[in-house]
Parts: sequence; C-alpha cells; structure tokens
Amino acid sequence: MLEKALQGSRSYWGWVAFLAGLILLGFIAYMRQFAVGLGVTGLSRDVTWGLYIAQFTFLVGVAASAVMVVLPYYLHNYKLFGKITILGEFLAISAVTMCMLFIFVDMGQPTRVLNVMLYPTPNSLMFWDMISLSGYLGLNALISHVTLDAERKGIAPPHWIKPIIILSIPWAVSIHTVTAFLYSGLAARPFWMTAILAPRFLASAFSAGPALLILFCLILRRFTKFDAGREPIQRLAVIVTYAMAINVFFVLMEVFTAIYSGIPEHIEHFEFLYLGLEGKATLVPWMWASAILSVIALVLLINPKTRGNERTLVAACIAVFTALWIEKGLGLIIAGFVPSPMGAVTSYSPSIPEVLIAVGIYAIGIFLITVFYKIALSVRGEVKV
Amino acid sequence: MHDGGKILTGLAVFLVLALLPFWHNAVGGTAAAPQPKIVTQEKECVAPRETIRSTHMELLNTWRDTVVREGTRTYMDARGKTVNMSLTNTCLSCHPNKKEFCDACHNYLAVSPYCWQCHVEKKESA
Amino acid sequence: MERERRALLKLAGLTVVGLAGGALARTVEASSKHAAKPGTKRLAMVIDPRKCLEKDGCTDCIGACHAAHNVPAIDDPRREVKWIWKEKFSGAFPDQEAEYVDEALTSKPVLVFCNHCDNPPCVRVCPTQATWRRDDGIVMMDWHRCIGCRYCVAGCPYGSRSFNWVDPRPFLKSPTPDFPTRTKGVVEKCTFCDERIGKGQQPACVEACKEKALVFGDLNDPDSAVRQTLRARFALRRKAGLGTRPAIHYLV
Repeated sequence: MLEKALQGSRSYWGWVAFLAGLILLGFIAYMRQFAVGLGVTGLSRDVTWGLYIAQFTFLVGVAASAVMVVLPYYLHNYKLFGKITILGEFLAISAVTMCMLFIFVDMGQPTRVLNVMLYPTPNSLMFWDMISLSGYLGLNALISHVTLDAERKGIAPPHWIKPIIILSIPWAVSIHTVTAFLYSGLAARPFWMTAILAPRFLASAFSAGPALLILFCLILRRFTKFDAGREPIQRLAVIVTYAMAINVFFVLMEVFTAIYSGIPEHIEHFEFLYLGLEGKATLVPWMWASAILSVIALVLLINPKTRGNERTLVAACIAVFTALWIEKGLGLIIAGFVPSPMGAVTSYSPSIPEVLIAVGIYAIGIFLITVFYKIALSVRGEVKV
Repeated sequence: MHDGGKILTGLAVFLVLALLPFWHNAVGGTAAAPQPKIVTQEKECVAPRETIRSTHMELLNTWRDTVVREGTRTYMDARGKTVNMSLTNTCLSCHPNKKEFCDACHNYLAVSPYCWQCHVEKKESA
Repeated sequence: MERERRALLKLAGLTVVGLAGGALARTVEASSKHAAKPGTKRLAMVIDPRKCLEKDGCTDCIGACHAAHNVPAIDDPRREVKWIWKEKFSGAFPDQEAEYVDEALTSKPVLVFCNHCDNPPCVRVCPTQATWRRDDGIVMMDWHRCIGCRYCVAGCPYGSRSFNWVDPRPFLKSPTPDFPTRTKGVVEKCTFCDERIGKGQQPACVEACKEKALVFGDLNDPDSAVRQTLRARFALRRKAGLGTRPAIHYLV
C-alpha cells in the first residue's frame, strides 16, 4: 500500500519537501543537543521538565482521542463514523510516535534509554507508560492496516480484528490515565498531586483530539475528493462541546479547591500561572489567552447555530485546540516546577534549539499523517493519483 | 518487466556501498595491529593474561556492579590475593601508561568505551 | 552466563508480576520497615544548627564534600550541581513558620543535602533502578545506569538532586582520581559517602566540621552518638508530613 504515498501532485510533493526541511532543521538542532547535552535547552536545576515533556503530555491526549470515533462506530454501531475511524486511528499512530520522540529527546543519556526494558521497574509509572504507549501504537498500527487492507480488497475485515478493536478502547483511556499518574503521584509537586488530574487529562484529550479531527476533515474536503459528510462532523462537534465543557468545569474545580483551602503551596502555582510570582510572569499572557479562547470556544460550541455553521465551527475548533495546547502543552508541566519545593521561582522559556527540535518532531508527525491519509484516500479512490 | 537495467545498477551501487570497508582495505591495505608496550608494576595480574585479554570488559562490568550496587569493594583474585576493585586505583596504578595499555588497542578496534568520561586517569608517570 | 540468565529471569518475573505485585511488595516492605531487622544498620545524621552557625560563613563541609566527589563549580544557578549547600530557612522548612523566634535563628541558612529517606519518592519513580535504597538506609546512585529522565528530580520533595546539563569536567580544576566525575546527562546527589563508610571512615562533611555540628551514626544502635543526641534533644526533619521519613535530623 505504501506505493500510494509515492505518487502525488506537485503540491503534495511541495508540502512533503517543506516538512522534510523542518525535520532536517530539527535533526541538526538535536545533533547539537546530543553533543553538548540538555544544556542547550532553557531548562534548569529547578525547572527540569519543559517543552518536550509538555508536548508529550499534550500529544498523549491527541492519541487517546481516536477512541472518540472508534467507540461510537464499533460499540454503538454508529455507521456514519465509518468513513472517519481510519482518520482517527492514523492520527493516533502519528501522535503516539511524536510522544515517543518527545520522551526520547528529553533523555539526558539517550543511548541508554533501553535500560528501561533491561531493568524493568514496575513501581515506576514510566515503565507502565512505556508499555501502554507502545501497546497502543501496536494496536492502532495493526487495526488500521487490517481494516484498510480489507477495504482495498473490497471484503469485510476479518472477524478476529473486532476484539482487538474493542481492546483498543480501554487501552486509549489507559494511556492518558497512566500519563496523568506520572504526575499526580508525586508528593513533591502539590500542583499535580490531585486525583482529578487523570479525568481532566481525558476531558481535554476528548475535546482537543476530535477538534483536530474536524479540522482535518474540513481540510481534506477542500483539497481532495474526500467528504466526511455533514452529519459525522456535527456529531464530533457535539463530542467536543461536552468534553470541553467538562474540562473547563474540572479546571475551575481545581482553582476552587486550591484557593478556598488556602494552602499556600497549592495557591502559589495558580498565582504563578495567572498573576505571576515574584515578578516572574512569562506564562501569564498565555494562560489568559487560553482562558479567553476557552470561553469563546464554549460560546460558539454550545450555541447550536454557531456549532452548525461550519465557519464558526472552524473558529471554535481552532480555539479549543489552541486553548488546550497552552493549558497542557505549556502551563501544566512548567507550573508544577514553579515555585520549586524550596520556594524558588525560576523563569523558563524554551531555547531556540529546543523549539527547533520540537517543531521537527511535529513535522515528523504531520508528515506521517500526510502519508497515512494519502494512502487511505488513495485506497478509496478519493484522491487523484 | 523492463526494469532489469535499473535493478542491476541499483544492486551494483548497493554492493559497492555495503562492502565499502572491504574495498578500503583491499586498496589501502590493512592497518598493522598495535604492539603496545605493557608496563607492569606487579608480577601477576588479577587473572591470567589470556582471560584478561579476551574478557577484561566483563570483569570490569562485574567489578562495577559489585562495587556500586552491592557495596563490596574488594575482590579475591586468581592468585588468592585481595585487591580493591577500582579501574583508576588498581588497574591503572599497576599499568600507568593508559595510552599504550588501553587506547592503542581500543583505537585499533574502533571501540570507544565510555569509562573515561567519568573515571579520572591518573597523571601518567611513565 | 549465570549473570545473563539471572537478568533474563528477573526480567520475565518482574514483567509477569506487574504493578499489583510491585505495589503489594512495597506495602509489605513499608510496613516492615519500622521494625529494624537485627544486624542491619540505619545510617543517619544529626545536625546542630547552632554549632553550625558558630563560625560565620563557614563552608568547610561543603568544600570537603565537593572536592572529595568531584562536584563541579558551575556559577550559573540554572546549571548548578550541588550535593550539600546552605538553604534559606524558609526553603528548607517551608512548613515551619517561626515568625516570633529570634531572627538570628531563622534568617540564617540551613545546611541541606540528600535526606536518605526511609521511604524515598525518588527511588519509587526511577524507571531503571539507577537510584535505590540500600539495606543500611543509604539512597544510592548508579551513574552507569541513569538514563537522565529526571523523574527523580521531579519526585524529590527536598530539591536534593542535580542534573548534569553539560559535561562537568571543564568545571573541575583538579579532579581527584579517587572518585569518578560524572558525565553529562545523569542525575547526581549526596550518597552519604558510601565509598568512605565502606572503609570505616566518617562522611567527608562530618570529618571536615571542626565545630562538630554534624554527628553521623547508626540509628539501630541504641548507644550510637546519633541516638544519644536524639534522646536528649528535640529534633526536626524536613517535611515530615510527607511520610518520607528522612534520616537527617535538625536539632532545635
């Protein structure tokens, strides 16, 4: 099937070349980090995780969100999602690949990373994260390959794949739960040590992921013959609406508990995010932008008129995705380290090599999505060869 | 199938590239094996010469794990003598010429053990 | 061969036993931890802040430790590596408000380093067992195995761990051959001078302190100096409420 990705229009190749350029830049930046060490990043003794781990966390959510199309289609027999389940699964594969790359580039000793398997340590959540992420990658690779292959041959997918698809549903929930447990089990970091972290992760995942999928469907309709249809997109929009509302609700619950209980070490992190601490306020404009975008998104989504109008729906989806990217892909991880357990407030902003590496990994992910979607649509004859 | 020519050219290019090390040696000749001068303060080593030659890296790995992970620092060697398990303070005390003793062969074999990224070489007295 | 086979069995066993087994083992281990096994040591330290503050600006212990362990002197606080250092009182004891105590006491820094907890969160999170708790209570580091994920840094409630953001060698003027340096990309911290204790010596910081402000010994021995000191005087431990049970005691 891979040959379908090797034939395409000029604009397809132009796009691939552009992504390849970004990947190359990221690779060069990584070579420098490999030689010099993580000192090329903006990280520090107090803020030891930053952009990379935050992107990993955010993308685990995007990966898990595939379940939002797989579940209605396979468990509730919601046939209208039939056309887009494969898009969800391919999105999951790309997102998990990006997650693994982000973990890899965060390692101080990348050549030793297989020690995690050589000395398996079940009491470390990182061990379980490795298992759940690689398992999820394997499941989705198998499922998408088998179902797409059946579609190409014009036959029904084999029966044995059904239980594997059903297994991928709880597995999707597990990847984001385990990822939340990485943080929420640490007594040293009061900002993360909250039982609602895993539910909050799931809610944000199930809004950001489907929002992205809606955008992909609309982009595909514009540039290819693929049309997901109005009804499935509207149904996805309803899912985004509920998940986003629940996510905002969860965040407000966190804010209430921290502020009303009055425990300084819980309040300080929120202060750092929304007001700034000791004059350090790098994240404040970002966090308020995220809050405002969340409100705009909710208004546009809850109102049936604006949700039904595709122009405003696009705006709402972009708002959801951006708001959650800021919340999870910037604020959540960094604020866990500020203030430090000793009360030190340290600014963090990613360095240029760090940003280039992150952009390179995103380019790899988008490249994979491009190739996968190209294959899927070519198989269905929905794109001109 | 009209691609015979392309396939054969591709194969030829592959063979040239994959066997590059052999071509290199065939044209330029092989490098001579080093003959390191072994400086030794003691008469006998912790293990017979042949064992050390073939498996010194395994012995060092065992020493490393025993010292760091089990907290045992002494080793009863083949002579029945007890030595301190230390690369810098035992091995390199007896053989102070690291450049000859370690590097000559490692360089020849193009292996770069990362021991010396952390373990400090003593100043060469020789 | 035997080594490989053992490693393989361990791998298979651990994978099968899984989380449930791990969690159960930890609970059982934790519950038995308080009852000392006969013949085992529980190494600990008692710090007398008054004696420590006798000589203003004294850094004897810090100098001795950092020289003995090739700890690099990096000026940039963001890249800094430290095993033992002076922390402001509110940083070392954020849950001990002492508003009305003589300011001479709380305005002075407190000596801090790894607490060698009974129940160390860093060990719990390490994915490769590169850090682990020895039977005598030392929380050890294996710099050969550390992959530099910095999960332990996130897990430590005391900020005791430093990461090597760059190669530390250029920051060492004359490294001692008696102790390795570290490579870039690994986490390091105080190891209670395991290399000296193994030879029957006291930790370097204890030996360097002329005021005898640091007392080191075995908590399981009722006649040890640490037990005698703790019997007579009240002592604090950092963030005791977290249940980590630090082995470093600060006399009040």
